[in-house]
Amino acid sequence: MNLLIGAATIGLILAPLALGVFISYRIYKILDLTTDGSHGLGASVVAALLVRQVNPLAATLLGLISGMIAGAITGTLHTRFRVSALLAGVLTTTALYSVNLFVMGSGNVNLASADTLFTRAEILGRQLLGIPESLSIMGTTVGGGSFSALIMTAVLAAALAVGLTLFLATDLGLALRAAGNNPAMAKALGIDVERMVVVGLGLSNGLIALSGALFAQYSGFANIQIGIGAIVTGVATLMVGETLFGKRSLGRWIAGAVGGAVVFRLVVAGAVRAGLNPDALKLVTAIFVLAVLIVPGMINRARAGKAESAAHHA
Amino acid sequence: MPEMALRLQQVSHLFHPGTPNEVRAIDSVDLELVPGSFTVVLGANGSGKSSLLGAIAGSLSRTRGRIFLGDQEVTHWPEHRRAQLIGRVFQNPLMGTAADLTVAENLTLAARRGSRRLLRPALGAERKRVIQEQVARLGMGLEQRLDTPIGMLSGGQRQALTVLMATMVKPTLLLLDEHTAALDPRSAELVIGLTQEVITAGGLTTLMVTHSLAQAVQSADRILVMHRGKLVYDIPDVRRQHLREDDLLRFFDQLRWADRLDESAATMLRHGYV
Repeated sequence: MNLLIGAATIGLILAPLALGVFISYRIYKILDLTTDGSHGLGASVVAALLVRQVNPLAATLLGLISGMIAGAITGTLHTRFRVSALLAGVLTTTALYSVNLFVMGSGNVNLASADTLFTRAEILGRQLLGIPESLSIMGTTVGGGSFSALIMTAVLAAALAVGLTLFLATDLGLALRAAGNNPAMAKALGIDVERMVVVGLGLSNGLIALSGALFAQYSGFANIQIGIGAIVTGVATLMVGETLFGKRSLGRWIAGAVGGAVVFRLVVAGAVRAGLNPDALKLVTAIFVLAVLIVPGMINRARAGKAESAAHHA
Repeated sequence: MPEMALRLQQVSHLFHPGTPNEVRAIDSVDLELVPGSFTVVLGANGSGKSSLLGAIAGSLSRTRGRIFLGDQEVTHWPEHRRAQLIGRVFQNPLMGTAADLTVAENLTLAARRGSRRLLRPALGAERKRVIQEQVARLGMGLEQRLDTPIGMLSGGQRQALTVLMATMVKPTLLLLDEHTAALDPRSAELVIGLTQEVITAGGLTTLMVTHSLAQAVQSADRILVMHRGKLVYDIPDVRRQHLREDDLLRFFDQLRWADRLDESAATMLRHGYV
């Protein structure tokens, strides 16, 4: 049960990452490599602030804003200076590696004794919801703190998903989607496509950095490796969500991104429990994404081939 | 003198400037369009018709000369800003609409052309009702499919909606770039009819590129012929002249003849006969 709650919580922490990748990868069809850097940036900024006793909420918000700036830089490189989206992302992420080291002051920051959003959630949970020090769910003892963490991350993920869905249905949100879907049409309808890309990537990386900031607080440390592979994790969770929830409406698609992140982490926890070496996790994730990308095409070709040979025999 | 809807002063555009492939797509074009007039641009492929529309719309960069729309000089305005004053329908029916967005979403985007886009819900009940009314007026039954992604519709349906979208906010100038060329004959006829209707209803100033001489003599008040980036013929009173397709064909024959003359002159130059 503890494992389950822990995995679900990490899944919910990764939900903003999935939402951010949804914006860059699905709305703008840009594989934005800034993701790795900004995920780590969110963790670094929050860690550096928390060890200096900054209010956890303020620290988390500053982490989010730092990610927005990083995304806006990539967007500007891409639109204003015509650098390809891929290269722009790589440049920003490479630069962020150094930035993250400077921000943290070293490769690793311990947050075990720091006041974080999660310690705050535990206190709030006890005061407002009356969550006891520890409670028993289905026969296992669960710490009140991890239960509060689950509730807080669930509320946050739901709020972000609902907020993003509503935002994308406003005039501005629709302009953002049109700019990604058909730039020529968007310009002809008076939409400043370049600005929309900058705003969109800013928003995307803000969410991604928020995810990194939460992750560092939850794990009790930040290190330089937190962001590595974040883009692949994001794409993987997105694909899990699309498979499970479909993408028939925007709301469903976005809910799927959140659901996909949780399911993804549950499966990972199950696999590790079953004996998968945690070091192999990124390899397995990469193989999973590759499989989702190429298997449907292979099945279609096989079907088409069969249909063709059937036509020949007929 | 009434303010012109469009004024071009010495507009030129080079493709691949400074390279051996340099092409003068538009060559020192001067043009004025009277408000409410329907002007058709004819010309062979590569004569610069589409480039001319691109220069006006701002989709070509580094165009020389000055461009005025109504009483405003727009020479240095980027494309999206000029779109406040210009409605456009492209040749490719897939280009004027965003495939992944629904019919209603596409239309509401068009209804906000030229206004600020903030955090108001894009499809409130009132806006949806207005859109439904406007789509119903097309008589294509599309008001039943407002929540369908527009990419699921046929090219003809999408192009009809694009015409509607380009004119939802009254443009100072409507640019039509061979907008029925990629459609089957039935859809083309339907879109042409619809175009005429919205232009007449709104009293719109229109600049249309086409290859169809029939379409030109039917709808135009004025016909321009482009050749090698220049405006070579300007027929200002098409209706009074009772111009027919044959008359236009004669213009093109003359152009072809002149072209051949040019070529032989060039050949002679190359061989040092002159």
